[in-house]
Amino acid sequence: MEIFSLPFIQHAILAGLLASIACGIIGSLVVVNRTVFLAGGIAHAAYGGVGLAFFFALPALPCIMGFSLFTALIMAFITMRRRERMDTFIGVVWAVGMALGIILIDLSPGYNVDLMSFLFGSILTVPGSDIGIMVAVDIVTVAAVCFFYKELLAMSYDMEFSRVRGVPVNMLHFLFLALVALGVVMTIRVVGLILVMALFTIAPYLTERFSRSLAGMMAASCMANIFFVFTGLWLSYRYNLTSGATIILVAAVFLMIFILLERFVPKHS
Amino acid sequence: MTGREAADAGMGKAAMPDIEIRDCFFSFNGVPVLRDVNLRIFHGDFVAVIGPNGGGKTTLLKLMLGLLKPDKGVVKLLGDDPCRTRQRVGYMPQYSTGEKGFPITVEDVVLLGRLGITGLGCRFSKEDRKAAISSLEMVGMKAHMHKRIGDLSGGQIQRTLLARALVSGPEVLFLDEPMASIDIDGQSLLFDLLGQINRDMTILFVTHDVGLLSRYVKSIICVNERVFVHDEPRMTPEMISNLTGTAETCPVEMVAHGMPHRVLERHRKD
Repeated sequence: MEIFSLPFIQHAILAGLLASIACGIIGSLVVVNRTVFLAGGIAHAAYGGVGLAFFFALPALPCIMGFSLFTALIMAFITMRRRERMDTFIGVVWAVGMALGIILIDLSPGYNVDLMSFLFGSILTVPGSDIGIMVAVDIVTVAAVCFFYKELLAMSYDMEFSRVRGVPVNMLHFLFLALVALGVVMTIRVVGLILVMALFTIAPYLTERFSRSLAGMMAASCMANIFFVFTGLWLSYRYNLTSGATIILVAAVFLMIFILLERFVPKHS
Repeated sequence: MTGREAADAGMGKAAMPDIEIRDCFFSFNGVPVLRDVNLRIFHGDFVAVIGPNGGGKTTLLKLMLGLLKPDKGVVKLLGDDPCRTRQRVGYMPQYSTGEKGFPITVEDVVLLGRLGITGLGCRFSKEDRKAAISSLEMVGMKAHMHKRIGDLSGGQIQRTLLARALVSGPEVLFLDEPMASIDIDGQSLLFDLLGQINRDMTILFVTHDVGLLSRYVKSIICVNERVFVHDEPRMTPEMISNLTGTAETCPVEMVAHGMPHRVLERHRKD
């Protein structure tokens, strides 16, 4: 148990915990709104922010955050206006954001960033300053979701009905995508944007059908994420594997078991 | 007595209509959906909006609710811009199977109808919960209030959505295909309930099934790009040909007749 005294392990555990909470809450909203592709677009386009930060030698996290909030705004605008074509536009923003990031990094003098570290992150090298930002994002996420809970629930369940009831649906849609952007940014250096998508989708998918409320689903998803992250971290430490990828595979194994159980164990109701 | 006559008798000729549309045009991606719509619906009416699929019925209803904006013309709901007044109406949207997997209970679905009464940042109050329960009682769903929405049958979901539309105590009730996925017995029970509710509020419902006109219906609006209002609930051959353009393209094979209250004339074959 002496590994827990190592500062980088403590940071990794804290980062995993904080990412699990934000991703469990935001991911539940993403899954019930059926906007996984949209969240994926925002996550991948964030790479453009990475490029910007390196090219202009700006502080990384604030720059990525600004860029991601900007993409979230564009996505919110597109998806409100032209619902029927939104998947195409999301694909465009997704690809253009990544391409922009790669070109800007190509053009940045003398510094070669490893793309892989942004895709899968490196949870074992989280600096203390990032932990502070993650705490802040968790607080903002929990506060926003608590304050707007019934409106977010209404919007997710039935957008047009909510509009008739006077719910500010457009504002909430942007708030929702801004939360997705924040969730992506806080985890991009830590666990990478591929793992963000795994934490956004796998646990909420598992918990959706057992939950009687969106809040319950969020709580259960946070728990499941924490379990996946810690199991994955331990395995990656034990067998010297890439931590982000190990966490995803742990989650995927549980998803597989769940799907098989669901298929072969008869339902009782 | 039709809805309009009732309104005229009760409140005089100057009474403000609940819904008023003047010279409205609406198109979607350049394709005209509704042309030159003019109609007035008065308090106490029970209106059936009928027409073929894709004829613009749901579009008309969404225009009335301000969910869609007309290209041209005026839409007034309760005397004002629908965006300002629509919180005073009840809305039951078209049922979709997409909501089956959603993690929400029957009670929580109905509570969402109290939004706008209980504002941003507040929890639902005891009063909201009481209203939800009595609304569920009215539609006969109180026994199921703690069930997950996905565990209900199609008809039970429809009744839950009706309870949600009623829970705010609306002045006008809009229903989009309320009878879809409900069996014949359930439909007649639901119409009895709507007939009872109609004593307190104006009802407007959309249906593609002309056979579904109940004896409670007071007026009929036919929608097929053009809109025709009939103050008496009787189907005539003209109405059917208005609906369909030509008899050959008529999607309605048989028009049911609700004896003894309703005589629907036979669809003339050329």
